[in-house]
Amino acid sequence: MTAPLLKLTKKDFTSDQEVRWCPGCADFAILAAVQKLMPELNVPREKVVFVSGIGCSSRFPYYMNTYGFHGIHGRAPAIATGVKMANPDLQVWVVTGDGDSLSIGGNHLIHALRRNVDLKILLFDNRIYGLTKGQASPTSELGKKTKSSPLGTVDRPFNPLTLVLGAGATFVARTVANDMAHMTQVLRRAAAHKGSAFVEIWQNCPVFNDGAFEQWAEKDVRDDSLVKLEHGKPLVWGKNKDKGLRIGGNFSLEMGSAEGAVVHDEKREDVTLALALSALEPPWPQAFGVLRAVEKPTLEVLAREQEKAAAAMKGPKDLAALLQSGDTWEVGTGEA
Amino acid sequence: MSVPAPRSQQAIQHAVVRFAGDSGDGMQLTGTEFTREAALHGNDLATFPDYPAEIRAPAGTTAGVSGYQIQFAAHEVFSPGDQPDTLVAMNPAALKVHLQDLKRGGLLIVNDAAFEKGDLERAGWKSNPLSDGSLEGYRVIRINFEKLVTQAVEGAGVSAKDASRCKNFFALGLVFWIYSRETEREEIAIRARFAKKPELAEANLRAFRAGYNYGETIEALDAPFTIPPAKLKPGKYRNITGNSALALGLVAAGQQSGLRLFFGSYPITPASDILHELSRYRRYDVTTFQAEDEIAAIAAAIGSSFTGSLGITASSGPGLALKTEAMGLAVMTELPLVIINVQRGGPSTGLPTKTEQSDLFQAVYGRNGECPLAVIASRSPADCFETALEACRIAVEYRTPVIMLSDGSLANGSEPWLLPRVEDLPKFSPNFATDPAGFHPYKRDEKMARAWAIPGTPGLEHRIGGLEKDALTGNISYDALNHEKMVRTRAEKIRRIADAFPKTQPYFDDKGDVLVIGWGGTYGSITQAVIEARASGIRVGHVHLRHIFPLPNDLSDVAARYRAILIPELNTGQLRLHLRGQIGLEGIGLNKIQGKPFHVAEVRSAIESLARRSAPSAKEIA
Ligand SMILES: Cc1ncc(C[n+]2csc(CCOP(=O)(O)OP(=O)(O)O)c2C)c(N)n1
Ligand code: SF4
Ligand SMILES: [Mg+2]
Repeated sequence: MTAPLLKLTKKDFTSDQEVRWCPGCADFAILAAVQKLMPELNVPREKVVFVSGIGCSSRFPYYMNTYGFHGIHGRAPAIATGVKMANPDLQVWVVTGDGDSLSIGGNHLIHALRRNVDLKILLFDNRIYGLTKGQASPTSELGKKTKSSPLGTVDRPFNPLTLVLGAGATFVARTVANDMAHMTQVLRRAAAHKGSAFVEIWQNCPVFNDGAFEQWAEKDVRDDSLVKLEHGKPLVWGKNKDKGLRIGGNFSLEMGSAEGAVVHDEKREDVTLALALSALEPPWPQAFGVLRAVEKPTLEVLAREQEKAAAAMKGPKDLAALLQSGDTWEVGTGEA
Repeated sequence: MSVPAPRSQQAIQHAVVRFAGDSGDGMQLTGTEFTREAALHGNDLATFPDYPAEIRAPAGTTAGVSGYQIQFAAHEVFSPGDQPDTLVAMNPAALKVHLQDLKRGGLLIVNDAAFEKGDLERAGWKSNPLSDGSLEGYRVIRINFEKLVTQAVEGAGVSAKDASRCKNFFALGLVFWIYSRETEREEIAIRARFAKKPELAEANLRAFRAGYNYGETIEALDAPFTIPPAKLKPGKYRNITGNSALALGLVAAGQQSGLRLFFGSYPITPASDILHELSRYRRYDVTTFQAEDEIAAIAAAIGSSFTGSLGITASSGPGLALKTEAMGLAVMTELPLVIINVQRGGPSTGLPTKTEQSDLFQAVYGRNGECPLAVIASRSPADCFETALEACRIAVEYRTPVIMLSDGSLANGSEPWLLPRVEDLPKFSPNFATDPAGFHPYKRDEKMARAWAIPGTPGLEHRIGGLEKDALTGNISYDALNHEKMVRTRAEKIRRIADAFPKTQPYFDDKGDVLVIGWGGTYGSITQAVIEARASGIRVGHVHLRHIFPLPNDLSDVAARYRAILIPELNTGQLRLHLRGQIGLEGIGLNKIQGKPFHVAEVRSAIESLARRSAPSAKEIA
């Protein structure tokens, strides 16, 4: 059942709209990665929909030459749920920011995930409100000084991965916008996943939060600060792959040598390993790649199956019969 | 005083019965059962269920009283009636709340067993009304329900508690006897209702029969009343509540337009039943989605409309408030969308189970920016069918959100519905864009509706959103003149909907002393009031607005044919201000904000006093 090759190119997915992000914004890299990946996915352009909320990141749909819906702040997962339920044939992407999806739209994000709607959700995490010019966001680190927190924030941030795993996400991954190869690989995996796919993309905002990820995500430090996740491979890191994660006493992860490291299993039914990996923060190596990828029935498919079952049980549509169902009576003509 | 000598046997023309008891006494069920039989008997009828917001308020208190009123008749009926002829009061609290409404000389059936000292105190009676003269002037039937029901169901194999819960069917049986109703259909209905628990079916059947026989035995009346069938328009009828009719109207709209329906909703009284009903009609290409909140419900509906379904969402006032921002998005993206508001008492959580018409301003004016959309209102339970269909038609043909206003009394009230023939229902088409040649997302047709190009259509890929858009391409535009053009275009598109309305034809006198302009659920009371006022020689016309926005183009001309305008509303005067602002029409308000429908008498006396005054100056008749 392989679809015929469409022979599309990156250009086919590039709209005629001028891209209006600040020079140096990492959003450009994500856009380029997605535009380059799309032809490879072999889905006709008209069957692709990008839905977004509000924020710098949420301008994304305007730049894709597909169907696109720039929604309202925080509501993209809900709008996209309607799109996907209305036509399960479409490939639906959600582009959102850390404020958009974790603050104002937190409710919609967790519910889309628990329902396992087949959406590819890309969270552009720059740990700041970009479009409103630099206020703290729900992923800004505790004590961060911003325009809205001149003395430093006093609220602790969300860990997006832990949050979405708690919400029951069936596909959870993290990548960084300055690693094109890794980002493309993760996006490819997300696109292939049947069900909600959540990808946190560390995205540098050079204007309001420059260098937010440089301590661990720059090319030269990555090997020592990130543990690259590969299904079926041991959880090791370091330039020489000589450090490993193992299960210690008391139900905890421990850092040690590569030997005896836990083997990564993204298909594990229970979320314990993925949760433990999601929670790693410096000085631990942070999880990088696909934490979890399990198959579960999706909302839109379950809903259509129920409709079909109802039709099979109760027979074909008959509006006249429906209107007349229940107790009816006749009033005859007679003198009136 | 127990039962005074009744009058001789009477075939009467109409009657109003109210069942009242504790929330746990099953009065809503009793009322609907009685209503079904009245409907199948061929009476015309109108009902008014009135129940507390709490599932079980403290037992025996006035806060927990639940009531169900029905007017049924041998002629056309427009309202559930002002005053009951028969009141069933299952406890002192119900008596306390409802006695004041009972017609002088009316029949009062009370549950004797529930008038112990503690019961009386809980209900706030200082002395026992059964013996202190409070019931003077009524015909009282005192019944020890507990004892009689226990005896009746003995041997049916149910617990003492379940036996006691059959009281309502005993009361139903008695009222069946009083109004000479046939018992056969009800017995079948009871068996069906408790099909899974035969011993409960048996117990309730026995209670029902015992109640019926009790009427006979004690000769509650010399002879029971009879109310012959009404001579309604010929055809097939079904008794229906507003919410059920509304749900069917939506399904019909889907079938008549060929569109799949997407219904997103978050539970809220009194709108939830629409979600419940539609969830049962899924095989009619209906997708139902119980969202995480009202915002998600409307957002998903908008997403579905973008994708080529007809997006619908339903809620009540507080939920509508949450949907406000998304409505703006639907106005901006010019997508079909139907937003149903089953109004209840406000503001805030207000009176969840009581009726009110106080969301007109919210519907017409309650959004940021210049944000016009169509607003229509249903007038009676059965009319919710047609109004829902009309809302969908406007939404699809004009690519616009439409707010449909219903209210609590329509939602739960019921009346016989002359079933429409499917061939007579309007058909309309989504007219999806398919041709890439010359396609622009904001290119408009003669109705000013923009192209509806849905994902999956090759060559029409485009992007829309809430930012101001270029008048043709739909691309983001911050151009000053383009913005003004778009604001005016969106307004003009909505205004033009009115150009297709039929001529406004007032009911009754088409010129004269008073024109009553109403909207929504007050239709029945106003109609009856106008009939009665005209009988006293006043010339009265009645216009009941279906279209709240845009208003009919000829409304001012029609209004000019009368000496005075009366605008009765269950709010402080929102339509009155709306008409003044929109068309400069000056009306006199009749306003009631008690969570209850108008009594016919209230509207009638307002008409009469307005007709009497030659130079009206006061703006409100208190
Ligand atoms: C209802 C509403 N509230 C507030 C705003 C203002 N607003 C626009 S974007 C934004 C935050 C965006 O931050 P984020 O989601 O992190 O996106 P980024 O710009 O960083 O990509 C806010 C608060 C709005 N547009 N709508
Ligand atoms: S403000 Fe930051 S996130 Fe927004 S476009 Fe500019 S650089 Fe990018
Ligand atoms: Mg951000």
